[in-house]
Amino acid sequence: MMSLNMRATVVALVFLAVLLGLWEAMNQPPEASEALTEFELLMGGADDQARVPPPSQVLALAWQELSNPFYDAGPNDKGIGIQLAYSLYRVLTGYFAAALIAIPLGFVIGMSPLMYRALNPFIQVLRPISPLAWMPLALFIIKDSEQSAIFVIFICSIWPMLINTAFGVANVRSDWIRVAQTHELSPWRTAWSVILPAAAPTILTGMRISIGIAWLVIVAAEMLVGGTGIGYYVWNEWNNLDLNSVIFSILMIGVVGMLLDMALSAVSRLVAYEE
Amino acid sequence: MTDKKPLVSVEGLSKAYPSPNKGPDLVVFKDVNIALEKGEFVCIIGHSGCGKSTILNVLAGLDEASSGGVIMEGKEVAGPSLDRGVVFQNYSLMPWLSALQNVNFGVRARFPSWSAEQVEAHSKKYLEMVGLSTTMDRKPSQLSGGMRQRVSIARAFATQPKLLLLDEPFGALDALTRGIIQDELIKIWSESQQTVFMITHDVDEAILLADRVLLMTNGPEAKIAESVTINLPRPRQRSNIIEHPGYYKIRNHLVDFLVNRSGELALRESSDNSPVIVDPTDDMTDEPEPTDIKLVASESEQPAA
Repeated sequence: MMSLNMRATVVALVFLAVLLGLWEAMNQPPEASEALTEFELLMGGADDQARVPPPSQVLALAWQELSNPFYDAGPNDKGIGIQLAYSLYRVLTGYFAAALIAIPLGFVIGMSPLMYRALNPFIQVLRPISPLAWMPLALFIIKDSEQSAIFVIFICSIWPMLINTAFGVANVRSDWIRVAQTHELSPWRTAWSVILPAAAPTILTGMRISIGIAWLVIVAAEMLVGGTGIGYYVWNEWNNLDLNSVIFSILMIGVVGMLLDMALSAVSRLVAYEE
Repeated sequence: MTDKKPLVSVEGLSKAYPSPNKGPDLVVFKDVNIALEKGEFVCIIGHSGCGKSTILNVLAGLDEASSGGVIMEGKEVAGPSLDRGVVFQNYSLMPWLSALQNVNFGVRARFPSWSAEQVEAHSKKYLEMVGLSTTMDRKPSQLSGGMRQRVSIARAFATQPKLLLLDEPFGALDALTRGIIQDELIKIWSESQQTVFMITHDVDEAILLADRVLLMTNGPEAKIAESVTINLPRPRQRSNIIEHPGYYKIRNHLVDFLVNRSGELALRESSDNSPVIVDPTDDMTDEPEPTDIKLVASESEQPAA
């Protein structure tokens, strides 16, 4: 008997094969009954209707792109690695800037009922705003499309981290606080050696939600600001009518998003504890 | 009794909560007076709701009384302090730290100038005292309830507080585990000569451990009615303490109080609020013992010899 993991892998591979098979089969150009005209040859086949490229073509392109991911042949032709690196740079910069503000501020909100009540209305109004709605204002104030994109990432990552930190800090078990009190720990020591480790799993959950949202938002933001990045790349290839590249970059967005989530999940495991 | 001032004196302590519908305040306990001598082991017994835990929390500095106060070594208790260690019923260990790190946590707070090696050696000594030398690196979630409470006791003793407060430390443990940890508590207490104030619901536990048992009447307006001296020789052992002729006199006295008199006394208004000092065994010193009890007593001496 195979282990559950083994069986799951087999089933997943079967699904993949079926999916790719159907996709491939449904997107073949019709057989040409007669010799192709010169025009048809120019257009790439006897097809009067545009079709989604079959997976065989996408995989061929993927192979080609991934074997040379960092080439740079001008603004309209850069390797997928370069585009992803631009996106990752923006996401991580905005994300860590948000963490730098959200986690200490969340601590304050979580520890002080006064600050919680005072700041809660702001959070409730600002949080539901689509991060892209900030874009025009950011462009106007910052006057730099690159930094505006980073700002959009910053503003969308801040809320889950802020709210989760405040929640985690406010809900640290009172027993642990009392232990800190009976050991005469200073407020700083209490925050550092009791509240932070106690709230860390909740904070990390917020950070994980944030990185997911940031990665969703960067694609849209880069479609708007243009120039570089995976979001720009998707849109640019659509303008080039290169659907192979569009599908390939969609897959790459998924893969990178998954890797980001896995990294955060690994960090959460480090700070997790069992009660 | 000497004129020497007690280590801790609780004076005229009352706790009242405002009533929700503008009636008279709900008085949990009123005019509680306790004196704890240095090195004494005192248990307090009473029904739920009489405010035992509140008294303990006031002693710890974690709660405030409505009136009255606690004086320790001439100073009023205001806020928690390392001089008063607390063991809570639910262990209150940090789940992200191992057993050893939990004890280190207390030791480091108590002796901030110590090096890491000193802290660790000190913690290990106390963990060994409670029989946890092989499981020090486990997290609390990997320990049984009894082992967790041992860690908590080790942490409290390792900080060497002047007064140790135990809030029903064995309340959540099964009887077997409880017995074993009681023995360990006796051992570690007799080595350290700590002053201990402990809440318990278990009459036998109180007799085994305490020098004195304070009996509280039922709330509201609970008070400490009696201070029962446990005049049994030390070291005591669970296995043979019940064979001592005085054991059942004390036990009957305590149980009778809890079952019958704690309710009656609560209703009686009295002007004198210092507890009556009782020694249920003091009438048996000179009188000739009934033969059957003598037999039991002499039997108990033989295996010990």
